[in-house]
Amino acid sequence: MKRVQVHIAAAALVVVSLAALAAACGGSGSTAGASPKQKINLVAYSTPETSYAKLIPAFNQTSAGKGVTFTQSYGASGDQSRAVAAGQAADVVHFALEPDIARLVDAKLVSPNWDQGQYKGIVANTMVVFVVRKGNPKHITTWDDLTKPGMQVITPNPFTSGGARWNIMAAYGAQLKEGKTPAQAQQYLSTLFHNVPVQDDKASAALQTFTGGKGDVLLAYEQDALLAQESGAPIQIVYPPQTIEIQTPIATTVKASAAATSFVKWLYTPAAQTILAQTGYRPVVASAESAFSKAFPSAQTPTEFTIDDVDSGGWDDVMTKFFDPTNSVMQKIESSIGVSTSS
Amino acid sequence: MIVRLGLRFIALAYLALLLIVPVTIIVVHTFSGGLAPVWNSLTTPDAVAALVLTLKITLITVPLNTIFGITMALLIVRRNFRGKALLSALIDLPFAVSPVIVGFTLILVYGMNGWFGSFFIDQGYPIIFSTPGMVLATMFASLPFVAREVIPVLREIGTEQEQAASTLGAKGWQTFRRVTLPAIRWGIVYGVVLTTARSIGEFGAVAVVSGNVIGQTQTLTLRVSQEYQNFDHIAAYTAALELAVIALVTLFLMNLFHPRKDH
Amino acid sequence: MTTVALPRRRASGAARPSVAPGVAITYLSVIVLLPLAALLWTSKKGGAHAFWQAITAPDAVAALKLTLGAALLVALINAVFGTLIAWVLVRDSFLGKGVINSLIDLPFALPTVVAGLTLLTLYGPNSPIGLNITYTRKAVVLALLFETLPFVIRSVQPVLLELDREMEDAAASLGARGHTIFRRVVLPNLLPAILSGMALAFARAVGEYGSVVMLSGNVPFSTEVASVHIYSQIQSDYVTGAAAMSIVLLAISLAVLLSITGLQRWSAKHDR
Repeated sequence: MKRVQVHIAAAALVVVSLAALAAACGGSGSTAGASPKQKINLVAYSTPETSYAKLIPAFNQTSAGKGVTFTQSYGASGDQSRAVAAGQAADVVHFALEPDIARLVDAKLVSPNWDQGQYKGIVANTMVVFVVRKGNPKHITTWDDLTKPGMQVITPNPFTSGGARWNIMAAYGAQLKEGKTPAQAQQYLSTLFHNVPVQDDKASAALQTFTGGKGDVLLAYEQDALLAQESGAPIQIVYPPQTIEIQTPIATTVKASAAATSFVKWLYTPAAQTILAQTGYRPVVASAESAFSKAFPSAQTPTEFTIDDVDSGGWDDVMTKFFDPTNSVMQKIESSIGVSTSS
Repeated sequence: MIVRLGLRFIALAYLALLLIVPVTIIVVHTFSGGLAPVWNSLTTPDAVAALVLTLKITLITVPLNTIFGITMALLIVRRNFRGKALLSALIDLPFAVSPVIVGFTLILVYGMNGWFGSFFIDQGYPIIFSTPGMVLATMFASLPFVAREVIPVLREIGTEQEQAASTLGAKGWQTFRRVTLPAIRWGIVYGVVLTTARSIGEFGAVAVVSGNVIGQTQTLTLRVSQEYQNFDHIAAYTAALELAVIALVTLFLMNLFHPRKDH
Repeated sequence: MTTVALPRRRASGAARPSVAPGVAITYLSVIVLLPLAALLWTSKKGGAHAFWQAITAPDAVAALKLTLGAALLVALINAVFGTLIAWVLVRDSFLGKGVINSLIDLPFALPTVVAGLTLLTLYGPNSPIGLNITYTRKAVVLALLFETLPFVIRSVQPVLLELDREMEDAAASLGARGHTIFRRVVLPNLLPAILSGMALAFARAVGEYGSVVMLSGNVPFSTEVASVHIYSQIQSDYVTGAAAMSIVLLAISLAVLLSITGLQRWSAKHDR
């Protein structure tokens, strides 16, 4: 009686399951394995989307790029890197910081020689800037202004966001450049973080938080800030006296098609670098630099240092020293905030 | 009476603050630039692809979870076996699993370094970062609803009618179709509505396993998030409104076919 | 339950092998249990010491405390307001009730990011009603209240509908006042449904991410909830830590759900 009812229901379940899974698999289209010659799977962090919207059609106009189709995926740099490591199809990867490529090298998805080329694998630069309310009502101009009592600084959570890590190294490096000792620079970071009321999980969320009305100053990528300004957000960019040069790395995966390699090569041509400059990046090719100043005449160029200037061991060293969740500079700082603010 | 009006006021005020005003804001923001931008946002190829994908996933998830829910309800209510309470709690567990965790665990199982990932990937049918993975995540998140709604109804109606039917000579399937099913149909309908609503709205878990490939593995909810980040607020709110409208239409249809027994 | 003395077709529990429950359980296993097993296995991978370290780290403990405390508070608030709203929807009658009734399920359909967006607009720095509570612990509660709104209401409504009015009428005719009737006649009958709704609300609240991450500010030790903490561990490649925290959260939810099921069975036995 009831057994038969349950039997029928179960049989139906099996049949429908198999049919549905078959439909789903068939419908999704195979994305595994080497891509056909004319297709490129681009996996990038979130802000290059506007740049690639212009770059891809331009590439399609060239002889190397004729007939090449793209799939595009954008998201937080760490998330995207992790996804590719877990199996997401990718031919070209463009991330916000080098550890996200290193993860793929460890997973044997990207060749260890990815950064041996002329441009060391960096396709476009930007920098950490201050973003303030229009008119700069709080008169923020230097890194010391950020640690004034009562100042509210917005930056994302350093354990979830690549952007936050650049922000912290910019602040730390600026202190070193001002002549402070590492211990004093770490103390600066601690004071700075006591002024951070919100830690969004991603850089894009932090930008939304700031434009939504919270905080006096936001630490952000120049490129993000330029795009936000262009879309009408009531903000203005203040260039710190010294800041870190954000180098965004690009690489092809080991299984990538020939078209992918041509595409990445093309990205270093003056034409492509000009497009990058027009969408807010600082080009790596000298001849395209004027395109940036033409597109953004009010942009300044402060003194810049790189991650290797801050720590000769580069990001590898920095990740362990500053961002290990169990024991590191930032972990200690976050704990000290908690002790003083947990109620 | 004062009490009646007082209660009504409190209830409506609470709902207004928490539910009605927020929804109104979505509508207002969506149309803040007029109708044209909304129409544009709805009809770009990527927006249409997102809608189609959302519906596709929902159309797979809902029937499967419905059949599962009915089966489980019959099992839990009409049978007795050890571990029944545990099974009932396990069915409810997806409510408790954070979407962050759902995506995480699916990658642990079906990711390249996961338990079965390489098997599927090598066959050319990857689960993760493809529609099957998104379906699995959505199935997980919306699993409990039909079972939850059917179980109390099954309990309530008891076995009298079914036993009567069987003494009158009805076979198993006949009894199910003509006695049990009609009696539990409102539980099923309501469970289906909730499952549909949940499937359409699933965001967190799908975000982790989708790969977010524009035009291919981006659902409507992922589109909302992406467009908002790109400062295309109108597109984001439009997609959000689209989702809310689909949900409301489902709810409306449910209410149309099932006027509650308001005496 | 029913006590009609009809002859049974066959003895209950007769051992006719049945494949149907097996298939359904397989479905459950593939969809739910398999991923959770992988989670459990991952959490144990680093050994017991790593597991313990991950869940007793001060920021982990703080996140758990905040999450469990907020979830409990939300369950309690829902118990009160949910019952009230269910009462009004069932017993009262006014223009637009049908629409309001349909809206109750909206939190299930709205993606959490949208819920977060709109609550942010309404109760954030640019609040049109001047109420700014974002980036505080109150905001965690607010987001959770939105996401768990339907549970108690939908749990209580069917029971209220089925409730026999005779007892209430009898009590009234014996001179009992409204609130006494409610407290002594109605409430005991509603209690299992309320508790069930509370358990679901609690379980849901414990895992919520999308709306909370937008509203709460995520400051460790202050406004960081467990799900955000887990996400940050995943992002830091601290996979065993993330798995360990997840298992703890799930174990607590499972315990709550089991105790409520047990309570329901107990009350069903003592019914009528």
